[in-house]
Amino acid sequence: MKPMKFFITLLLPLLALAAQTLHAEPTPGSVQADDTLEAFTFKTPEEQQHFRNFIGQLRCLVCQNETLADSDADLAHDLRAQIYKMLKSGKSDQEVIDYLVDRYGDFILYNPPVKPSTYLIWYGPFVLLGIATLLLVRAVGRQRRVDEPTISADERKRLEQLLGDGAGKGKQG
Amino acid sequence: MTRYLRYLAPLAIFALLVAFLYRGLSMDPKLVPSPLIGKPAPAFSLPRLDDPSATISNTDLKGKVTLLNVWATWCVSCRQEHETLVELAKTGQVDIYGLNYKDNRQDAKRWLAQFGNPYIANAFDGSGRVAIDWGVYGAPETFIIDRNGIIRHKHIGPLTVDIINREILPLVAKLKS
Repeated sequence: MKPMKFFITLLLPLLALAAQTLHAEPTPGSVQADDTLEAFTFKTPEEQQHFRNFIGQLRCLVCQNETLADSDADLAHDLRAQIYKMLKSGKSDQEVIDYLVDRYGDFILYNPPVKPSTYLIWYGPFVLLGIATLLLVRAVGRQRRVDEPTISADERKRLEQLLGDGAGKGKQG
Repeated sequence: MTRYLRYLAPLAIFALLVAFLYRGLSMDPKLVPSPLIGKPAPAFSLPRLDDPSATISNTDLKGKVTLLNVWATWCVSCRQEHETLVELAKTGQVDIYGLNYKDNRQDAKRWLAQFGNPYIANAFDGSGRVAIDWGVYGAPETFIIDRNGIIRHKHIGPLTVDIINREILPLVAKLKS
């Protein structure tokens, strides 16, 4: 029983760690990105909001913990201008993402795509969860299976004496 | 057997975790692998640094193994690697081209006059637009391009004698043979 408990307590932080990696994704660009929107003009507020959200999902490669929306790096300015130009010219979001991934790789996406090389980060936590559940169920099952102690008639008589009247009445199994 | 397994399994998991964390410590998150390795070098056509009326394009790189070095005068690490590049150019083992990135033409020319010019030619990318096509995110960066115009390697950060001897020259020799 004990090693099993130990095993499970060991698995839990691992799971937490894995879950964290899964969660360490879209910290979508806070919309205080006004100072980085440069001289971009938009026809509608929706269009502007869309642009902000879009660049908020992309990583600045220079200061890697910032989104393209937040970053003041030189490259971020250039990339924002390029993305703005492409969207203005009627390119779809996907076309712009493809354009960026072709040049900078998946790293530019805060939301990593599901593909064989990322299966581990996407599905790993669930596999660990499955293993942990299995072990838990097994451990609990083993505990329940411990038989109730059997006692002889003599022993029962003595037990009732010790516990006094009333105890054990009607408890024959 | 199962008794040992009970004790060994947590140990094994712990060892695995340690291995992953240790590996993580030795990785540099600033080095982003380029998706361009093994792909044709992005097409470009830019004015030359020394002569704005002349253009330089990727057809100038065709037919030989070349090094394309992305640099700028505002880039401190570029200054650091410059002598190494000059030395490498002297050996004549590989043709070095430059992509002058978001720089000032006068400054760049002065820099080459002052510190030596290892480049066969420099493309002047004032807007950084071509650099985006090459996936450049920080100078200095150095690409190795083979005879067919395929990018074979990218080094991010300043070149050192050690890196040239260990990474660059062996690959250049292989691509030439």
